Amino acid sequence: MSTHTILETPRQTVFNLGPASEVPFGLGRCFQVMGEEVAVFRQRDGRIFAVQNRCPHRGGPLADGLAGNGSVVCPLHAHKFDLCTGKGSEVHECVKSFRVTVVDGDIHLCGGQV
Amino acid sequence: MVKMKRKKLVVIGNGMAGARVVEEILARAPDHFDIVMFGAEPYGNYNRILLSNVLNGTQAPAEIFINPLSWYTQNGITLHAGVKVAKIDRENRVVIGAPLKKDALAYAANAESQPDTPPVTEHYDAIIIATGSRPFVPPMEGFGQPGTFLFRTIDDCERIAHYAKNCKKAAVIGGGLLGLEAARGLLTHGVEVTVLEAAPQLMAQQLDTEGGAMLRAAMEKMGVKVLTEKITARIESENGAIKRLALKDGSYLETDMVVVSAGIRPITEVASVSGLTVEKAIVVDDQMRTSDPDIFSLGECVQHRGRIYGLVDPIWEQAKVLADVITGTRETAAYLGSKLGTKLKVMGVEVGSLGETRPAKPTDEVLTFSEPSRGVYKKLIIRDNLLAGAILLGETDNFGSLMQLFQNNTPLPDVRAELLFGSRTGKSLVKASDLPDAAQICNCNGVSKGQIVAAIRDGGCNSVGKIGACTKAGSGCGSCKPLITEILAGCGAAGDDPSEHYYVPGVPYEKAALVEEIRKRGLKSVSSVFRELAGGKEDAASKAGLASLLKSLWPDEYEDERDARFINDRVHANIQKDATYSVIPRIYAGVTTPDELRRIADVAIKYNVPMVKITGGQRIDLLGIKKEDLPGVWQDLGMPSGHAYTKAFRTCKSCVGTDFCRYGVGDSIALAQKIERRFQGIESPHKMKLATAGCPRNCSEAYVKDLGAVAIEGGLWEIYVGGAAGSAVRKGDLLCTVTSHDEVLKIMGRFMQYYREHGRYQERSYHFLERLGVELLRDILVNDSEGICARLDADIQKAVDAYVDPWTEAQAPVWPSQFRGVEPAIEVKS
Repeated sequence: MSTHTILETPRQTVFNLGPASEVPFGLGRCFQVMGEEVAVFRQRDGRIFAVQNRCPHRGGPLADGLAGNGSVVCPLHAHKFDLCTGKGSEVHECVKSFRVTVVDGDIHLCGGQV
Repeated sequence: MVKMKRKKLVVIGNGMAGARVVEEILARAPDHFDIVMFGAEPYGNYNRILLSNVLNGTQAPAEIFINPLSWYTQNGITLHAGVKVAKIDRENRVVIGAPLKKDALAYAANAESQPDTPPVTEHYDAIIIATGSRPFVPPMEGFGQPGTFLFRTIDDCERIAHYAKNCKKAAVIGGGLLGLEAARGLLTHGVEVTVLEAAPQLMAQQLDTEGGAMLRAAMEKMGVKVLTEKITARIESENGAIKRLALKDGSYLETDMVVVSAGIRPITEVASVSGLTVEKAIVVDDQMRTSDPDIFSLGECVQHRGRIYGLVDPIWEQAKVLADVITGTRETAAYLGSKLGTKLKVMGVEVGSLGETRPAKPTDEVLTFSEPSRGVYKKLIIRDNLLAGAILLGETDNFGSLMQLFQNNTPLPDVRAELLFGSRTGKSLVKASDLPDAAQICNCNGVSKGQIVAAIRDGGCNSVGKIGACTKAGSGCGSCKPLITEILAGCGAAGDDPSEHYYVPGVPYEKAALVEEIRKRGLKSVSSVFRELAGGKEDAASKAGLASLLKSLWPDEYEDERDARFINDRVHANIQKDATYSVIPRIYAGVTTPDELRRIADVAIKYNVPMVKITGGQRIDLLGIKKEDLPGVWQDLGMPSGHAYTKAFRTCKSCVGTDFCRYGVGDSIALAQKIERRFQGIESPHKMKLATAGCPRNCSEAYVKDLGAVAIEGGLWEIYVGGAAGSAVRKGDLLCTVTSHDEVLKIMGRFMQYYREHGRYQERSYHFLERLGVELLRDILVNDSEGICARLDADIQKAVDAYVDPWTEAQAPVWPSQFRGVEPAIEVKS
């Protein structure tokens, strides 16, 4: 006989950011999610990323940065961040990244961090 | 457990060379050798260069030791101090040394050893001979008696200083570098000093006749008597005290003591008795090996490629090579000889000397400058446009630059006077290399030369880009990049990185090759370039550069993908530190109207603009505007974009010209307005700021603009190119003089188109101009040497015709979220 402890996973809040097609290829958009700014990007290869919008360096808006090949360059001082892992080009700098899925053509973002 | 037996290295000589090579070895492979050092002097090693300071009392002997005795124990080095090596028994691989008598002269060939003391023997696997040199004593009678001295060791200094206390007069035999140092030291002991030199001048190794004469005058002013062409035959004494020198020419010099400092000779006895090849000195190859492959040598005792060196710099180089080779760190390391120069202060007189002192070929150029009232003398010898030699006396500020030019065989500037007095523009002839490590190179990011060197040496950075990624140097305004390139070259690390020459980092082509591929394949969008030429990898940092290039290559057909634009070019305004924007409407030539001003004021109030500022470009800046307010602001302003956010034609400033000014000779306002109307929005590798001036008083600063037109008497306009007054300050070069506004527009347009086609991305006009030279540009753009002027005129016309005011996008955003700020997200209920 054995005892099972069932861990209840807290259900994550999911947000709909609208149709993926409304994020133009290569560009970003910025959404307010639970009091936080989140930058969302769509690459030409169809991949979608979401990271915290404000650059940890001086608060630059990453949604307005140049993006490509899974990374974004902050428009203020060109610090670079990996859109998947959030890892920055500068030592000790990284941004939060979020899990996104496309459901019926809409971008869904999970409230929790990856 | 088996412990690997270390090899045993015996170093013969504990002077600067011996100690330095051991330091270099320890830095590379601390556990490679068991090290034993023999030093004939009873001390650890010290900095011989500072001996004159010990003699004149400014430094205590203890201060000039490089490594204290504890250094030897800490590094596990066995030191036999006061033991002089007599022989290397190469057959049995043993070094044999004899302890010297307490007061023996360490460097003397016949230094007496202690009687009845057994020799010190050490087995060896490898040997480094660093026995150095001994002073040369010219043949004369009476040297060696009390009151006669050499000037070579700490002991010498102490003996001289002690003896001088009871003397009134001292004679120094030898008017070379060391002789003058000795004279300086003696002066501080209150004796009258006379320097005797056999040659007709002082410092014959480093100076020519004129320089020697000026140095002599300076010496005499300080109270040192100088006698040239004097050879001592005999030192005469009475009652055991020195009385005078009898000179070969029959004259006499009264003196109480004699210091001989007439040059040095290599110490080679150990090498010769042990059967190694010795010519003028111990012969070594480029790996610092003697004729025995297990025995190395360096320093003043060696002869390398026929030359013997007596200064420290070459010895430091030799020590590095030797350490590389002997530890196996880099067995192919090679010492190829040194190009020597010295800079020193002889009794307060600055002296710099490098290479040859006199012309050797009839075609040699000789430059001399003499200013006797200040004691300044400069002479350069130039051969085949390279520096062959230099003498600087009294003023040696530019010695570092000259030394760099000399050592690197750098072709010299056309204006030779710059070599003597520095360049007219204030740009130093050689920049980074003679700066200390602490010098700040990148002023934007506060990066020092030392940090850059560390990135190159320890971080493996071999390009300006990699250094930027590692240290941030050069990633600000970029004006320090030439300096960084120099530092790279100085470290021998430049040129290994082909990506340095790519037009953009993410597409592996230089500009010309990239343009060819784009044309050949008909690539009209940034994404197509990534797809075809970069394996589909869309590099964010490369997008804007490619967009700029494509737009100039396909003025009509360019497929404008907005994600390839920097944010400023997506929303046609300049992003600020708080992610708000600056809006600068175009005010042609800085001439506005009450109506425009009123509209600007209304906008500022309506949108609660935090700051309204007059710009340097004679316009008005509205700062702190939210992205979502941009379309409304533009519409309410009813003025076109001033393009104050992009790499394009920005503005054309003007003075009031002939309209109101008492001095104006040309209508600068009308010209500036025509220029702005014609070229507004024309994109280019970097921004272009222009100005027109109604007379050469230059109130509108046209001389320091990317392009400037200046009216001169006779209805003429001078056109200047490549001026700058930003992070670099440079007066533009006169391209040509024309007779009408239309001609100004035509020439400026040609320059712009040529710059658009040939400028590197983010290369300002002044770098472009300096790269090509104004003569070449004048040939191409004014004299039509390549026959392309008509084509350039037509292409710039196309670009002018294609102009659309980007602020019209206020009415019709290109994509729905173009001017949106933060948007709400909807929670999904489940």
